[in-house]
Amino acid sequence: MNWFVVYQNLPLFLNGIRMTLTISFLALLVSIPVGVLAGLFRVSRWRALRFVSALYVEFFRGVPLLVLLIWIFFVLGRFLKLSPYASAVAGLGIFSGAFVAEIVRAGIQAVPRGQMEAARASGMTYIQAMRHVILPQALRKVLPPMASQFIILVKDSSLVSVISVVDLSMVAKNLVATTFRSIEIWTFVAVLYFVITYSLSRLIALCERKFQMDH
Amino acid sequence: MGQTTNPDIMVRVKNVSKKFGRLEVLKNVSIDVPRSQVFGFIGPSGAGKSTIVRTVNALEGIDGGEVWVDGVSVHSRSTNLNKLRANIGFVSQSFNLYPHLKVLENVALAPIKVKRQSRSEAEDRAASILKSLGLGDKMDVFPTRLSGGQQQRVAIARALSMEPKLMMFDEPTSALDPELIKEVLDAIRGLLKTGITILLVTHEMNFARDICDSVVFMADGEILETGDPKQFFSQPKTKRAQDFLSAVLNR
Repeated sequence: MNWFVVYQNLPLFLNGIRMTLTISFLALLVSIPVGVLAGLFRVSRWRALRFVSALYVEFFRGVPLLVLLIWIFFVLGRFLKLSPYASAVAGLGIFSGAFVAEIVRAGIQAVPRGQMEAARASGMTYIQAMRHVILPQALRKVLPPMASQFIILVKDSSLVSVISVVDLSMVAKNLVATTFRSIEIWTFVAVLYFVITYSLSRLIALCERKFQMDH
Repeated sequence: MGQTTNPDIMVRVKNVSKKFGRLEVLKNVSIDVPRSQVFGFIGPSGAGKSTIVRTVNALEGIDGGEVWVDGVSVHSRSTNLNKLRANIGFVSQSFNLYPHLKVLENVALAPIKVKRQSRSEAEDRAASILKSLGLGDKMDVFPTRLSGGQQQRVAIARALSMEPKLMMFDEPTSALDPELIKEVLDAIRGLLKTGITILLVTHEMNFARDICDSVVFMADGEILETGDPKQFFSQPKTKRAQDFLSAVLNR
């Protein structure tokens, strides 16, 4: 074992981490609004919205992320002139959004029916009731599964290396190719991923506790 | 439609029928509730008492007939339901307070969002309503910290904050421990002097006899008797009502 190779290439790892975090964060920014909207559509009174949302969720949940990323970059990207970076963010965000949508739907459906009824009976519109009564309760309920989803998102981002985005995994792959130190490098990368996801997990636990203090 | 213009009638239910699947829960029900009256709905479970009240603010749809509130046809397509409901206070047996909001925010939410009152104005008014119901010291707590009786009084305050012209109570004390019922009934009794029209579905027979101007007795989706509460409770005409009253009064 020779850990010096890790120390020597720290700047490269840092760049990889930066790319992994940026892509994950941007994909998160895509997946939250997309997922919340799709989740709302899923419980809508309008059949057309429910249908569109179900189609979105079923399709993107059913296609492997690896295939989706390759398809977006090599097929869609050819027409839209997407960079690997943009393809990665779009693919991860839309893929994760499908899971967020299901989580949001479950959260909305877990709020007792009487809440919507009380809000509507007071004269609020459906949208007002959703926004001020249902969603605040639903989002509190879904924090734990949402946390899992975001952790999965960070880990899934390691797949973007197949469309030549230089994230943490790509850095590792390249370094192994030039130094042949696969044990040290992959061990170090595994630890780095764990540190990232564990920090995220603690951060969300903190949010959860803050919300629970209200009750 | 000409019959809707009578200004003395607050709620008119005319030939309303409703089915849940094949079950007829309302069979050709007609009621007139004059303005400022307290109108009681009495009868066994499954009689359709709650359903009829819930058709008045369109929480339930109807399959036939028509309902008017203050001259407005509730179930016609052109009616703005949100505007209509803003004038109708509704209190159900399960309170349904918003658990993520403090008591004061529960009461002020609809005035802010529906009536577009400023937050300070709505909260001032909410505070004074809560105080009048003996909840002045509970404004800054979350509803889950309250007893059932307190929660139901907050629900009443929440309904009153919209300054409704009609209040509807759907078994307001049915989910309460016996020792908490009185405080809720007292809160309802306190409304009488305001002259607001009240629809009250209840199993509290003494209370109904006490405060109602009229009662209807329902069973199996039909109105079997209607009239003066003193008369009804002392001399029910139908066998069904006699059986019901002897069962609930001689517990």
